[in-house]
Amino acid sequence: MADSTPDSKPENPECGHNATRRQFLKQSSVLTALAFTPGPVVQAAAAEWDEKIAAPFEKVGLKLAVNGKNYKLSVEPRVTLLDLLREQLHLTGTKKGCDYGQCGACTVHVDGKRVNSCLALAVMQDGREITTIEGLAKGDDLHPMQEAFIKHDGFQCGYCTPGQIMSAVACIREGKADSEGEIREFMSGNICRCGAYPNIVAAIQEVKTGGQKV
Amino acid sequence: MNEQPLFKDGVVGDRMNRVDGRLKVTGAAQYSAEYQLPGLVHGFLVGSTIAKGRIKSIDTKAAERAPGVLAVITHVNSIKVPGFANRSQPDEPPTAGQPLRVFHDEKILFNDQPIAIVVADTLERARYAAGLVKTQYEADQHATNFNAHMDRAKVPAQAKKNPKSPQADHDRGQVDGYKTAPVKLEMEYVIPTEMHNPMELQSIIAHWEAPDKLTVYDKVQAVKGTQRAFAKDWGIPEQNVKVIATFVGGAFGNGLHNWPHETAAIIAAKTVNRPVKLVLTREQMFTMVGYRPYTWQRIGIGATPDGKLVGITHEATGQTSTYEDFTESTVQQTRMMYQSPNISTRYRILPLDISTPIWMRGPGEATGAFALESAMDELAHALNLDPMEFRLRNYTDTDPDNGKPWSTKYLKECYQMGAERIGWKNRQMQPGTNKQGDWLVGYGMGVGTFGANRGSAKAGARMLANGTVVLQSATTDIGPGTGTVMVQLAADALGMPPEKVRFELGNSLFPDAPSQGGSATVNTVGSAVVAACAALKEKLYQLAGSTFSAAKPADIVIKGTQLSLANNASAKVAYADLIKQNNGQEVAVVTESKPGNERQKYSMYSFSVHFVEVHVHQLTGEVRVKKMVACADAGTIVNHKTAGNQMLGGAVGGIGMALTEGAMIDDRFGRYVTKDLADYHVPVHADAPAIEVAFVDKPDLIVDPMGTKGIGEIAIIGAAPAIANAVFNATGKRIRELPITPDKLI
Repeated sequence: MADSTPDSKPENPECGHNATRRQFLKQSSVLTALAFTPGPVVQAAAAEWDEKIAAPFEKVGLKLAVNGKNYKLSVEPRVTLLDLLREQLHLTGTKKGCDYGQCGACTVHVDGKRVNSCLALAVMQDGREITTIEGLAKGDDLHPMQEAFIKHDGFQCGYCTPGQIMSAVACIREGKADSEGEIREFMSGNICRCGAYPNIVAAIQEVKTGGQKV
Repeated sequence: MNEQPLFKDGVVGDRMNRVDGRLKVTGAAQYSAEYQLPGLVHGFLVGSTIAKGRIKSIDTKAAERAPGVLAVITHVNSIKVPGFANRSQPDEPPTAGQPLRVFHDEKILFNDQPIAIVVADTLERARYAAGLVKTQYEADQHATNFNAHMDRAKVPAQAKKNPKSPQADHDRGQVDGYKTAPVKLEMEYVIPTEMHNPMELQSIIAHWEAPDKLTVYDKVQAVKGTQRAFAKDWGIPEQNVKVIATFVGGAFGNGLHNWPHETAAIIAAKTVNRPVKLVLTREQMFTMVGYRPYTWQRIGIGATPDGKLVGITHEATGQTSTYEDFTESTVQQTRMMYQSPNISTRYRILPLDISTPIWMRGPGEATGAFALESAMDELAHALNLDPMEFRLRNYTDTDPDNGKPWSTKYLKECYQMGAERIGWKNRQMQPGTNKQGDWLVGYGMGVGTFGANRGSAKAGARMLANGTVVLQSATTDIGPGTGTVMVQLAADALGMPPEKVRFELGNSLFPDAPSQGGSATVNTVGSAVVAACAALKEKLYQLAGSTFSAAKPADIVIKGTQLSLANNASAKVAYADLIKQNNGQEVAVVTESKPGNERQKYSMYSFSVHFVEVHVHQLTGEVRVKKMVACADAGTIVNHKTAGNQMLGGAVGGIGMALTEGAMIDDRFGRYVTKDLADYHVPVHADAPAIEVAFVDKPDLIVDPMGTKGIGEIAIIGAAPAIANAVFNATGKRIRELPITPDKLI
């Protein structure tokens, strides 16, 4: 009987982080209360209730707006904004290309500023407004940058495209689109392995000189 | 041979926007990892940390106990893949040998070989738990250093069996005849391992819909080939395997082989009985999938003082894995590009303890062209000849390798167009003499060629009740714009506006088509689409009976849901009536299109020339490509916008090959130290100059009825040597080992 109590479970020494986390949770609040009653403790172990009860403590409340829609979420602190968008909100327009902030495929706007969402933890975006590629068009009317990318064929496979477009919009907003050279420098954080770079630059120049609001 | 191209006054040739452009700019295009399935869970792979040896023990207990973990699968507890037991070859092997059988046994064949997959309810939990798997090994001495093991190079198995194999030793005229030339040179060239690094990571969602029914959303270039491979692996009928690859986020050849992670995900999905999503990390993209192999080459080349080639000897050795014989056509173009009485080629492969390479854009031809086109430039310099003039003096109007006429060859036109556009007249014969401030200015050129290898394919055409025609073929579109050009071809073949035509691809349930590779999709699948359109009209013609009997099927004009005749508008029939005639079914056909015997009579190739202007900083050795001109003889250009874009991309790829890309292994561990995009430098916006594209745009009606040849490979072949030659012209320094980084110039 004693063997099945949660505290006497043999712990793997190599599993340090995990063990510590669980020990901490088990010695606190709800589980401590439960521990005074031997019966429920046994049941809790059998049903892995410790896991279930621990879950809310491991998650952090998060409110954010994505493309004008408000979300009230509960996420693990280690979840990146990119994985939150793709895996939990199913907004897969934002792409994963490296997870290291090296390729730019995951670029989104946070409160209007460009961010590599793979390097941003979701929990740090509390109260912020996120715009992804899905939120750039107004209904059926494409954003001028989206139109320009189609016209100038600023992509091939299309995978880096959402990130390129989000950065391209920022490029103009931040006043860094005055020359081809300036655009190339600014956009160098967004890799296009298909090599459509000249067409992307042409698209940005057209939107810039067209003077439409971006 | 027809004198006229198939289409006049239609949309073929137009700069039409991509049919999937809107999906791609709005984030609506769905790639492999982006399908939502009920109950979907996440996999994460654990890789080996030795390059060769055996797993002694693998401790998965901690991982199994970690929150959210559903399974930890290793060679110890893995479901046995039925096809693994007796498989020595997949059905359609990209290579000879035994592809890695994931989780099959304890053997380690390369560093970061997948040895376990952790499946959990969330990505974060799977990834965390993967870090808890502890493995002990018995390591053997590994061999990953190419130069240290050159003595292990061998003749590829297929070349041993078949002396006519393109990989077999070949001599025309005298062996090493170049040695008899009055002016001769001998050089060695090296290209490092290069990684495809498409922006989309290799991804798969594996879903067993029933115990004998598998669906995979998989990042592949061949949906049918993948279907056949997995059906064979799992001992189930082909039609029970559905492979979906509607959008492929770049591949460049990386999707021409099925890799171990795909089967790992399929095993995992069967084990947990839920759909499993597996996305490789960028680091795993360096280790668990293929790459362009490190290749050593030696060229001996000789000519007469007036610039007539006497002979070329081209030797190449490329690396492969210990378990598969990867080969490519590294020395092929030396046999056919220039007129030369003596040619010798030798091709070897060197097995090392690394994963198997796979064709990367331009494949062996791009590797070989670096050596051949550099050598041509070196010999032109030795002869004090303009390198373009030297090439023209050795131009050949028939294929010197087999004596056959070319189906078409407009390479001279490419030379002229390119020389004019780059300002070739500004090139100084004496290297290092053209200066602009601190910068040395140089010009270079490089030629590329690739076979116009039309294959067989099927396409289906169905006319919907609303008058739209939907075509289907099991090809893929890794980025060139396949869907768009197929719509253009079908629209013209049907005489309909492109808005009324749809083309669907990337699904193994569609009519059979080969992989998207080898620059053969438009000539192969396009031919099938055109044939399907003709067959559809034929069927409509038959159903219309006497109404159209005075005319030919090709004369049928489809306007909305009305059919009439081009030369007799009064003869008309409503499509709804034909549907009634057709037992209430929409009219549909499936057609196969195959090449004829033209290959016996002709040599069929696309050709390209890259011209570049580079500036090299005298103090820092920084190389800036200032301008590039890419000219191609690729037959009919179906869409100048998308075709031009492919040429741009190849040129940018060539900049990477020439100046920035190279994967490095730490031989102490047999593991790549370049493992992400900060270590392995692919070209970025700032590396890409103004690039001008020029097409000859003359049809080759021997290759196929549309007159197309192929673009994807020639877009890069010749680009890297053009840059290396320009660097020599600028600096007088000949760099024979890529990439040309500043340290090699200062």
